[in-house]
Amino acid sequence: MDKTIASAAEAVSAIPDGATVMIGGFGGSGAPIELIHALIDHGAKDLTVVNNNAGNGHVGLAALIEQKRVKKLICSFPRSADPRVFTEAYLAGEIELEIVPQGTLAERIRAGGAGIPAFYTATSYGTELAEGKPTEEFEGKHYVRERWLKADFALIKAELADPHGNLTYRMAARNFNPVMAMAATHTIAQASKIVPLGGIDPEHVITPGIFVGSVVEVAKPAQEEELNRAEAVYP
Amino acid sequence: MSDTASDTVTDISAIKLSNAQIAWRAAQDIEDGAYVNLGIGFPEMVAKFQPEGKQAIFHTENGVLDFGEAPKPGEEDWDCINAGKKAITIKPGTAFFHHADSFAMVRGGHLDVAILGAYEIAQNGDLANWSTGKGGVPAVGGAMDLVQSAKRVAVLTDHVTKKGAPKLVASCSLPLTGVGCVTRIYTSLAVVDVEGGKFVLREKIPAISFDELQALTGAPLHVEGEVGDLICPEL
Repeated sequence: MDKTIASAAEAVSAIPDGATVMIGGFGGSGAPIELIHALIDHGAKDLTVVNNNAGNGHVGLAALIEQKRVKKLICSFPRSADPRVFTEAYLAGEIELEIVPQGTLAERIRAGGAGIPAFYTATSYGTELAEGKPTEEFEGKHYVRERWLKADFALIKAELADPHGNLTYRMAARNFNPVMAMAATHTIAQASKIVPLGGIDPEHVITPGIFVGSVVEVAKPAQEEELNRAEAVYP
Repeated sequence: MSDTASDTVTDISAIKLSNAQIAWRAAQDIEDGAYVNLGIGFPEMVAKFQPEGKQAIFHTENGVLDFGEAPKPGEEDWDCINAGKKAITIKPGTAFFHHADSFAMVRGGHLDVAILGAYEIAQNGDLANWSTGKGGVPAVGGAMDLVQSAKRVAVLTDHVTKKGAPKLVASCSLPLTGVGCVTRIYTSLAVVDVEGGKFVLREKIPAISFDELQALTGAPLHVEGEVGDLICPEL
């Protein structure tokens, strides 16, 4: 078994119009910029995208939105240093937005990956984000029922990968990537380096390969923050 | 309350505490070894005012515990950021983890203190700090998770709005972040606890009288025992 794919373009080529795509990262940290750009080149549209944010500047997720490929965004915080692309699309009614509290978003994704259809959380109880959701009291405290979140594809960024899809991450670039890897039917990981089997100490594997469908090596991946400082625009 | 509430005091702006002083006061209450989450913006200042001999461990939502200070400009590693997307550094004791674990720390009640800003705080502890309710792009981030589940929820705020209207109110008029969640409020004029559905005044700056302070507060201030002098160093 070898999950290695030769290029980012080939890795994303099966993503159809209308797919739900989870994209890892928190701001630019852990964002799989090269996979997102390959998805733009591939052309899939009417996507539902799950990400913590809504893009920054004119690269990565912001570029995907600017190219009008995103029908709906599920996120916790659609603001950034330069959120104009999303803001303009949203205020023009071109993109649907589902706001989810950040911890609820992470847990909905984790639940999706773990086969748990719903769970209860105190988060958002009594607020407008809980409207229409069932509530229940446990040990004297009120909780809101939240549903799992799953995706057709996840695009994630790892540090090391091996041919079985075992992954490590770098620093705080881990963020949503491991839970998204679990929650998608097919997870595509870009890694800074693909090492032979045995090249990752089993004690250091963060995402076991069972959650990963494809790995593609992207040496020296771009950082969104650096692209934005250089005022980069994609494509 | 009207926008003219500040008329009852000659010049609040001349006597009130600065944001740094409010942050300093909040920092004095953090016990050694506490796990603390600081909201984006002005609450982040709390970290630099920790008293000698007390060392809190700071949590940031995107998956880092016990991080170091900001790097020098030009030395940023954009894989290593905080929830405000600012570059941070690692130090001996730093831990990285994914988002579901990060919010398990929050939701599971493992955080001792969350410190946030506010638009309004009601006398029953309701907090409004995520939406002005005026349209635009909504964004909640991790605030709803933090306020419902941290053991203590402290708010740092000016005592009144820029127009002089009270921020401590009988009931919130803006969309809620959480219900009955705030335990202590550090304002530019006072330290107020929320206990049993009411505001209890603990400290006030000596330059303001109780009656003047009450006139700037949108619900009754109760006094239980001595009211201390709120005195902060020049910062």
